[in-house]
Amino acid sequence: MNIGVVVFPGSNCDHDCQYVFRDVLGQDVTMVWHKEKSVSGLDAIILPGGFSYGDYLRTGAIARFSPVMEAVKEYAEEGGLVLGICNGFQILLEAGLLPGAMLRNDSLHFICRDVHVKVENAATPFTGACESGQVLKIPIAHADGHYYADPVTAASLKANAQVVFRYCTPDGCVTMEANPNGSLDNIAGICNAAGNVLGMMPHPERCAESVLGNDDGRMILASVVERLKKRR
Amino acid sequence: MPPITDDLIAQHNLTRDEYQRIVTILGREPNLTELGMFSVMWSEHCSYKSSRVHLKKLPTSGPRVVQGPGENAGAVDIGDGLCAVFKMESHNHPSFIEPYQGAATGVGGILRDIFTMGARPIALLDSLRFGELTVPQNRRLMKGVVAGIAGYGNCMGVPTVGGETVFNEIYSLNPLVNVLCLGIAEKDKIFRGAAAGIGNPVIYFGSKTGRDGIHGATMASDSFDDESERKRPTVQVGDPFQEKLLLEACLELMAADLLVGIQDMGAAGLTSSSCEMASRAGTGIELDVALVPRREPGMTPYEVMLSESQERMLMVAKAGKEDECVAICRKWDLDVAVVGRVTGDGVLRVKDQGTIVAEIPAKALADEGPRYDRPYSPPAYQDLLTNLNYDVIPDVKDANAALLSLMESPTIASKRWIYEQYDHMVRTNTVVRPGSDAAVVRIKGTHKAVAMTIDCNGRYCLLNPYEGARLAVAEAARNLVCSGAEPIGLTDCLNFGNPERPDIMWQFVMAVEGLADACEFLKIPIVSGNVSFYNETNGLSIYPTPMVGMVGLIDRADRTMTQWFKEEGDDIILLGATREDLGGSEYLKIMHSREQGSPPFLNMEAEKALHDCVLALVRGGLVQSAHDCSDGGLAVALAESCLSAPGRRLGAAVQLTRGRLRKDAVLFGESQSRVVLSAKPAHREAVLEQARSLAVPAAVIGTVGGDRLVVSLSDERSTANVIDVSLPTLHDRWARSLERALNET
Repeated sequence: MNIGVVVFPGSNCDHDCQYVFRDVLGQDVTMVWHKEKSVSGLDAIILPGGFSYGDYLRTGAIARFSPVMEAVKEYAEEGGLVLGICNGFQILLEAGLLPGAMLRNDSLHFICRDVHVKVENAATPFTGACESGQVLKIPIAHADGHYYADPVTAASLKANAQVVFRYCTPDGCVTMEANPNGSLDNIAGICNAAGNVLGMMPHPERCAESVLGNDDGRMILASVVERLKKRR
Repeated sequence: MPPITDDLIAQHNLTRDEYQRIVTILGREPNLTELGMFSVMWSEHCSYKSSRVHLKKLPTSGPRVVQGPGENAGAVDIGDGLCAVFKMESHNHPSFIEPYQGAATGVGGILRDIFTMGARPIALLDSLRFGELTVPQNRRLMKGVVAGIAGYGNCMGVPTVGGETVFNEIYSLNPLVNVLCLGIAEKDKIFRGAAAGIGNPVIYFGSKTGRDGIHGATMASDSFDDESERKRPTVQVGDPFQEKLLLEACLELMAADLLVGIQDMGAAGLTSSSCEMASRAGTGIELDVALVPRREPGMTPYEVMLSESQERMLMVAKAGKEDECVAICRKWDLDVAVVGRVTGDGVLRVKDQGTIVAEIPAKALADEGPRYDRPYSPPAYQDLLTNLNYDVIPDVKDANAALLSLMESPTIASKRWIYEQYDHMVRTNTVVRPGSDAAVVRIKGTHKAVAMTIDCNGRYCLLNPYEGARLAVAEAARNLVCSGAEPIGLTDCLNFGNPERPDIMWQFVMAVEGLADACEFLKIPIVSGNVSFYNETNGLSIYPTPMVGMVGLIDRADRTMTQWFKEEGDDIILLGATREDLGGSEYLKIMHSREQGSPPFLNMEAEKALHDCVLALVRGGLVQSAHDCSDGGLAVALAESCLSAPGRRLGAAVQLTRGRLRKDAVLFGESQSRVVLSAKPAHREAVLEQARSLAVPAAVIGTVGGDRLVVSLSDERSTANVIDVSLPTLHDRWARSLERALNET
């Protein structure tokens, strides 16, 4: 498979995504400079984490205007798989590929730590290797991860099973205490109505190898590869 | 231009003698621009004029050393054709004046030092000193500094993986912010800051030059008083996004084989980068300030040459490669301009639209500044500090309460509130996260990892600067071996008061000798470093704080060790001997409000034997955990081994004997060369045998398990449980202490 990793000025998890797909999962990876106008030939697109444009103005607000984003939109409309992680999720929200918006964490601090998330929808291309209700331990690292959507949008997300991950306790209870940033309904990741675009705040690429002490994130990334193989 | 008056010379922090020397070098009076350039380059911060004669004593060579002191950073060979490039630097003065930007630009500066060498930065650590958190101003400083480090490092995508934070009233008006950065470079592709090749183009790139930070280096070479707030305009403002672009552009330029030399514009900006590069190569540089990209109109040559605007670099390209260099900079949206050429006459010649505005021999500016062998003598108060009659200090009655007080003292308490604000996992290399003896980062493409730590006990150094410095080296090395790493190199950051005072200079000289002796004994080369003097406000000096940053190599990343207990039923084994070492301890400070006595005894042979023993045990897979005993002594080390595992706690039952020692010395004394291990019972004999073979004292002192920490102490007459505390209670006091002190619960 040929996985495209988009590089915006200020992306800083681009190398991590490249490493995990290429060296851990054995796929081809193409780094896509943000000024590219075409994404043809790619089997999936990753919008990596980082601080695109320094997070200036608002997270993801400038990156959505990068030339490559037009191509990413078309790619998504045609059913291509797009995964936005952390800043990538924020960019997808700003670009209108996913509904809702990000607010500052309730604590007002940047938070870097392991959290637990519950797989609410195991039928997406990104969660095929997971069981419904499974609890994964994945790190977060963000200052703006408080997901917000208006009540109508929130209701439709729920009704369409677009909420894919929710913050939970290690034993799977979705509680206030398990919510690290104040996200609406403990939302950690959502997909679009068609299910081919996923945004998530936790970083699966940071926990995909046993030498790092945790490989729960591998299930998400491997799900993408498996889905692509089936589709071929 | 104004005439050079005595007032003007004094404002530039130059002495009359130094001025005369400038006149001799130039053969004439300098103009204002030249005076400004000399003043920054000959400042203590840039010239090391008070320290250089002593720094020569430090051991800087060894079989692994690829680059010693004198370049932007040091480098040591780690095999596989790679080297670790690292350095530590202080940003104390700016952080006191403006904590967020001061700390942020400290991170920015040290990152540039590393990637200028051709290394991709893979880890940051920081060592911080603040006054007690009961004072609102200290809380504000700490919040600002932590936010500044987070703001810059996180955006850069370089993980902040470790460090240490210590609180003491003495740092109230002069906090310390020391930052260490480590990068990895291919050994034969290290870049150096030399302007070689007459005629080669000199290219400026990065951010535009503004009026910020003018005379920052001079400010950093002065003491503080109540007027220091007014110095805020000398602090630079950082832009980590620009620096991220600068990093990627630099590494791309280096990979394209276009460069002869490169240097960042740190302290003293364009002046230092140009004269140092020329001086190293024995060449000159001619540049025109009119070509320098600027943020605002009307800047004088003086301002352009002295600006410390951040995120700027100077490179010397191979002739004819200008266009390729410019194209790469433009790709990354950076300002770029060819501003001059390398010349053969050894002169730094500055023009403004073709008119010469400064002409100074580059070597005189960079390397021939004044050198002082300042007078030094121990202060009269030294004996008062060290003479402590222990008979007047009652032995501990309630050891449980003492342990809880120590665990929640901010110096010992969990630093989670700090490190969770730092992205410590980006780049997916972090094998051991913050919260163990040393941070461990794997090296992709190999099976190896590097371990890093920063250590220094300023109180030990106050009580005995020579011993204090040796103890810092010993503790740093001990932290590394506890993580399974062999120490391979050291960087220092020597924070002291005013060197013009003989007592402060004595502290400095003693500390340098201590560092030198310890490193020589342990065969650890010092490859880079930094000196920060004038850390005093209104005449009150900080404790001498020679920070030691140490790097170790782990051959197999999957054989890394951590400090926390792993499994119920494991033996707890203490390596090393316990003596009556209460002097300078955290216990005496917290429980008896005394910062007195002699620092703990250190025997280097015993220390080295301990290192060999711990390394052999970890590499042999014979132990489950290893934790250095330091602040708070054995009881605190045991408690930390119970509590510090991520998301898990394991209790312990421990039996100690006191012999002739005081109870508090056994529990909370800070005897050196000790490590708390845990091991499977099946490995007990092998562990003890390994210790015996190296003549390291070893004793099985207890068992891992349960949900309490219970310590019994026996003498000839009786045995009693002196500590018996539930882990939730212990954990609450230790884990939430900083949040409580900061009112953020």
